[in-house]
Amino acid sequence: MQIFEYNGSALVAMVGKNCFAIASDRRLGVQLQTIATDFQRISKIHDRLFFGLSGLATDAQTLYQRLVFRHKLYQLREERDMKPETFANLVSAILYEKRFGPYFCQPVIAGLGDEDKPFICTMDSIGAKELAKDFVVAGTASESLYGACESMFKEDMEPEELFETVSQALLSSVDRDCLSGWGGHVYVVTPTEVKERILKGRMD
Amino acid sequence: MSKSVIEMPPKGGFSFDLCKRNEMLAKKGVSPPSFRKTGTTIVGLIFQDGVILGADTRATEGPIVCDKNCEKIHYMAPNIYCCGAGTAADTEAVTDMVSSQLQLHRYHTGRESRVVTALTLLKRHLFNYQGYVSAALVLGGVDVTGPHLHTIYPHGSTDTLPFATMGSGSLAAMAVFESKYKEGLTRDEGIKLVTEAICSGIFNDLGSGSNVDICVITKGGKEYLRNHLQPNPRTYTSSKGYSFPKKTEVLLTKITPLKEKVEIIEGGDAMEE
Repeated sequence: MQIFEYNGSALVAMVGKNCFAIASDRRLGVQLQTIATDFQRISKIHDRLFFGLSGLATDAQTLYQRLVFRHKLYQLREERDMKPETFANLVSAILYEKRFGPYFCQPVIAGLGDEDKPFICTMDSIGAKELAKDFVVAGTASESLYGACESMFKEDMEPEELFETVSQALLSSVDRDCLSGWGGHVYVVTPTEVKERILKGRMD
Repeated sequence: MSKSVIEMPPKGGFSFDLCKRNEMLAKKGVSPPSFRKTGTTIVGLIFQDGVILGADTRATEGPIVCDKNCEKIHYMAPNIYCCGAGTAADTEAVTDMVSSQLQLHRYHTGRESRVVTALTLLKRHLFNYQGYVSAALVLGGVDVTGPHLHTIYPHGSTDTLPFATMGSGSLAAMAVFESKYKEGLTRDEGIKLVTEAICSGIFNDLGSGSNVDICVITKGGKEYLRNHLQPNPRTYTSSKGYSFPKKTEVLLTKITPLKEKVEIIEGGDAMEE
């Protein structure tokens, strides 16, 4: 049994024009049994930085708590929010520290950096960063997500079009994965607002 | 369990906290995850004025390509660069760490870094972890003693060579080097040969692909040619693309406006007491 397939997850982040979208599925399962259909995988670090964790849910929660702690310490010392690039380095260092006994999580980080430039990044479970200019995916549905995003992605999409694209990519990919699904949770972040939407998907 | 209640920021190095738990899971039949590898073809050669390093740009996670354009030529010092193959996190972490150590050493000594310094720091670290830090590196640079090219294996052994290849595509690239390499190549001949070797890796090895990155290091400076050659462009994209009419069913929408930037206007009236 694969450890990443214990809880099941699907995460995707995409870059648009001065905005980004980060989306996840809502299922929490214990192997083939579903135990929750409203599980939050994406968390807010600060207004312009969101991150999602796929993989083992218990490690995801622990890692989230450690990262929020580190960010709060940073805010106290620096009197400002962390930039997305800095946060990605922090997550990478925390994961690599556990190189020989890793957290079974794959994070997806998305934020607006300086001059409202969107930043997305994903890592494997030991912190190997992958910075992408278009989209990043993680989770049990990642293979389908790669295919869907590769074909549906377009450069410089406006927030509404970006939302439609991310939702279609997510919903079509989780339909082909038993371990994720039960709806979707999409955050579209622009410099002026954060739009959080819950999608209706197949409940199987 | 843990001694301290408050989790202080760690002092550095590896932490083995979760090893017991992971071993317990392994005994229960849970197989450990696969890490991102850089399948890779990395090469280096010495030409008449210095060193040329080359790498492909594909990162794989099992059979899936997770990054089509990653950077495998890492900065170590202004005159030293290092290509990395093996587990991606290990190559990145080890080159970052040694790069910082070299910077501190430069401040300490007030001199330009030497390639053998980087070599020793890397091989000591890798040997220390007995091959578990899975990083295979091609290190090249030009210092006061001249141009140098070394290969470093995950267990800590090193070789000093005039031309070197590492990674899953190393055999394909070495075939090109062995037939066409000669001493005293010019810069253009060197770049052409390195490009050919990487292309042979890209086209013949499944673990390597996408584009060719080149780094030319000479006494005068360095030239990082990112995506020097792109032999695999995406030509099949439909010009229309996908456009979705607003059909996604939304159950709930929550809009949170972000704080507006406060504008400070100078020169107002003085406040009344």
